[in-house]
Amino acid sequence: MTTNNPLSEDQQLETAEVKDFRNGVVDWIKHNTPADPGFLLPQTFMEVGSEQVLDFLREWQYKVWSSGYLGMAWPKEYGGGGMPRIFQQIADEEMKRARVPICFNIIGLGWAGPLIIDTGTDFEKETYLKGILTGEDIWCQGFSEPNHGSDLGSIQTRAERDGDEYVINGSKIWTTMGNYAKYMILLARTDSQVERRYNGLSFFLAPMGADGITTSPIQKLTGDYGFTETFFTDARIPASCLMGEEGHGWRIAMQTLQYERGAEAGAAGGVSILATVMDDLLRIAEDVQRDGQPLMKDPVTRDNLVKFLIEEQALYLAEKRVKIPALCADYPNSLALSTKLRGTEFFRRMRQYALTLQGASSALYVGDEDAVEGGFWQRAYMNNFSTTIGGGTSQIQANIIGEHVLGLPKD
Amino acid sequence: MTRSANLSMAFSDEQAMILDSAQAFCRDKSDGDAVRSLLKSETGFNQDVWDEMVALGWTGLSIPEQFGGFAMGIGATVPLVESMGRHMLCTPYISATIAAQAIVRGGSESQQTKWLPAMVQGTIGTLALLDNEDWGATSTSCVLTGKDDQLELKGKKLLVHDASVSDFFLVLAQHDGAEVLVIVESSQLASNAIACKTLVDETKRAANVDFTGVTIQSDAILPSGGAALADLRLIGALLIASEATGSAAGALDTVVDYLTTRKQFDRLIGSYQSLKHPTVEMLIQMDSARTFIYHAATLIGDGELDKDTEIACRMAKAQAADALSFAGDRAVQFHGGMGFTYDCDAMLYIRRAQWTQQQYGDPQHHRKLLAPLLLD
Repeated sequence: MTTNNPLSEDQQLETAEVKDFRNGVVDWIKHNTPADPGFLLPQTFMEVGSEQVLDFLREWQYKVWSSGYLGMAWPKEYGGGGMPRIFQQIADEEMKRARVPICFNIIGLGWAGPLIIDTGTDFEKETYLKGILTGEDIWCQGFSEPNHGSDLGSIQTRAERDGDEYVINGSKIWTTMGNYAKYMILLARTDSQVERRYNGLSFFLAPMGADGITTSPIQKLTGDYGFTETFFTDARIPASCLMGEEGHGWRIAMQTLQYERGAEAGAAGGVSILATVMDDLLRIAEDVQRDGQPLMKDPVTRDNLVKFLIEEQALYLAEKRVKIPALCADYPNSLALSTKLRGTEFFRRMRQYALTLQGASSALYVGDEDAVEGGFWQRAYMNNFSTTIGGGTSQIQANIIGEHVLGLPKD
Repeated sequence: MTRSANLSMAFSDEQAMILDSAQAFCRDKSDGDAVRSLLKSETGFNQDVWDEMVALGWTGLSIPEQFGGFAMGIGATVPLVESMGRHMLCTPYISATIAAQAIVRGGSESQQTKWLPAMVQGTIGTLALLDNEDWGATSTSCVLTGKDDQLELKGKKLLVHDASVSDFFLVLAQHDGAEVLVIVESSQLASNAIACKTLVDETKRAANVDFTGVTIQSDAILPSGGAALADLRLIGALLIASEATGSAAGALDTVVDYLTTRKQFDRLIGSYQSLKHPTVEMLIQMDSARTFIYHAATLIGDGELDKDTEIACRMAKAQAADALSFAGDRAVQFHGGMGFTYDCDAMLYIRRAQWTQQQYGDPQHHRKLLAPLLLD
């Protein structure tokens, strides 16, 4: 089985300096990867469900940052490394390859941080950036609300100006690490009069410690925690928490989502994309015996695996094609807008398939001593719905693609 | 990660120009009326259009410069073939391009000197590979027997593309225990040797050809034809995949056009998610096919094809054939009662899908051959 990761053509073109750096990262990982903590570590930042896991990840992120492998392209004066992006990309690649634990402060690293660097005031940069990198200040995101998850234009949470403060009322849902977070990027309605509902939204960097903000943990279908519902009851936050201007919230939120979607553009690094999951699936097929031979020899299984590998390669190559304008002139934005739908649905089906390879053992779950890989796949499959539902469900994504790429009418 | 070492994709300005002019040319020469006017015609193509393509130099794209071609490699033909598929423009281009590659890759210098300049000028060749319906067959029952200057072919070939308009054939035969490709000129065939078949895809032409009794001399054997055979099958798969990708986009265009104009229950039917979402799936599947054909076009060179190129070509064919099958099938369904009629263009695509599915191997055939490359 060819599971070793070959060099990409980008890697083959690396300069000596970059090669040296890569070797340094590999060496660092070898000496610093933490030992198995004895509990199942999260695959994404949305699965931080206990203090134990939180402490572990916080310590790890601090170690990565203090060793110079996080925030490498962020400005030096705010805790970053002030280096070209390529170095962060290489560090990320090698960390992914070695499957080290995740750098969990994703909303800070991937959303709030890049936004503050690009558009924030000096005060905001000074106040927020370093804590994001060290892991001391956990960030959460307050966009979605109960009853209209994918439709941000319908946001009901109110922020009313009262002197030097805003008074917030309403609630947010799916707040990842809401119970641990120090700050929230909050989208709230400052004007309900304007005709276009998007113009009435404003964007805040809100302190979660303010009086009147409470969180209630949500138990996920996996049985774990990781999200909260967040309630605002006459919560007062300083007016200086407003980012940009009143009424510009929608635009800032969209810019923030671009960081998430573009992943590499401004993010501090450490984002877990789980690029090695197909190798894990193939390993199960190698390890599991059926009829006295590895399942990997079974023609039906092989055909299914090849189908997944074709799909994986298409996902990977799409990232290459999207950079060639002449090959994207037909149905413009098609690849860019379908990235999430293609990727998340692929992982969902692939993880579901991984369970079928386990035979009777697929009935076992996290906590059972006989569960394959500690129940990793059972949990991964169910957790995957956070990606096919969160950030706009697959069905909403299909609407967006249908309407914006194909020009189909709205329903 | 992924199992191909070389996952690059490049597209030169020259290729972009070919894509642009091919799209414009095919749109211009092959509107709905033009396509339908050729369905019942004998040759299946418009000679004037073919002559223009020759004049534009497209028949020489992948032929070396010393024979009058442009030496841009087989990858340069991908945008052209894709555009032809998009607009259902049929000519013997795919057959002729694969045949030219056979001579480029397997032919002797004198064979190349004789045929390649002529092919740049529009001479048409085609491969005669199949003994039966199995694209996975690893041997042939067609035999070449006799002594050097008195060799005789015995055997029939199935579904030879564009047989009745071809000037020559490259026939796969057994000779002295090895597979060889033999050049047979159409003038050498018996008068009743070509039996045209009724095809599901009425834009295509193919025939069973009986080569029994054709006598040739040993200089008609391609010296490296047998060795080039595996690569020629991959090139065939890539070109069929390219055409299929274009046709899948054509089917999608047709569906989108209907969904944005047809009203039922006072609503444009494209507003219904039961139609909208599968249409998006057509786009996504077509997009993946498109990604694969241009990846393969990037990797494919003039030399022997390596493992990554083989993976790319097989993935392209598997993906494109499935994408078109899905698009053609849904195109008929989404046109409702209209879709059940011969007048509806969905008919063209569902029929093209059946043709494409099998040419140079169906998706399962390619996945079966991908398995050892990816898993072992």
